[in-house]
Amino acid sequence: MKPASLFALIGLAALAAPIRAGDAGDAAGRGLYEARCGGCHALDADRVGPRHAGVFGRKAGSVAGFAYSPALAQSRIVWGDDTLERWLRDPEALIPGQRMNFRVSDPAERRAIVDFLRTAR
Amino acid sequence: MTALIVPSRRNFLSTTGKAGLSAAAVALLAGRPGLADAAGGDMGKDVDILNVALGLEHEAINAYQLGAGSGLLQKPVLDVAVLFQSHHKSHRDALIATIEKMGGKPVTEKSLDDYAKALNAASLKSQADVLSLAAKLELGASNAYLGVIPSFKDPALAQVAGRLAADETMHWTALSSALGRMLPAKALSFGA
Repeated sequence: MKPASLFALIGLAALAAPIRAGDAGDAAGRGLYEARCGGCHALDADRVGPRHAGVFGRKAGSVAGFAYSPALAQSRIVWGDDTLERWLRDPEALIPGQRMNFRVSDPAERRAIVDFLRTAR
Repeated sequence: MTALIVPSRRNFLSTTGKAGLSAAAVALLAGRPGLADAAGGDMGKDVDILNVALGLEHEAINAYQLGAGSGLLQKPVLDVAVLFQSHHKSHRDALIATIEKMGGKPVTEKSLDDYAKALNAASLKSQADVLSLAAKLELGASNAYLGVIPSFKDPALAQVAGRLAADETMHWTALSSALGRMLPAKALSFGA
């Protein structure tokens, strides 16, 4: 498809439902979880990363059937406020050899995501 | 970076060269001879990150396949979905070529049924449902690429992650437009 065709198609879609300016940023809770973690994770299904429902109080690397890195599978860490905050800040610093490598650099976002995960059942 | 190259690996790479790379991989590696020859040492961590990215791209390709095959998408939206899927296929090919170039083993694709279950494709009942799922995945992918940038050992790969994130963001913006969703009110809403 030529680039001009793409613009035309997107333009048609935009005319049908134009972008509106506004406050679409749900900075906390589920919206933030889906935006930051939803590329790889879901609450109730294993995707690129393991499911998150019930993650609080769960031993790291313990979702049955998920192919963890050896480092995570052998870790003795239990997920809670502190471990999840440290994991999101710098996973390699918490569990060297892990494969996630994704960081949430904003402390407020980390806190909001951990708060959401605490309720994820 | 090149000081970390294992001699045997360097020899392997010099004999394999760039022959056989897809057009997308050539574009991805263009002007980055150091990236093409990088291997060994800490680069294993970079291969791990690229493999997670490849897993994302496998999933995205299959998500668009599920959408395109659902019968729920109408033209011209269907054409755009197929175009976006082609972008993800280019990403996949480039990532596979790069991982192999670095001596890694690319993760394999799961079955379409596996992706359908993981993404709860059975719940898709309308074009808007399909577009919403695609937008959610594209937003997550954009943030995922941005969120791994600080972990790359090789800054050239970090730049590649930025380029991939830009593609995903472009997809998310178009999908959000089609869904009539509002744009983020604040700047710097991605990748915090």
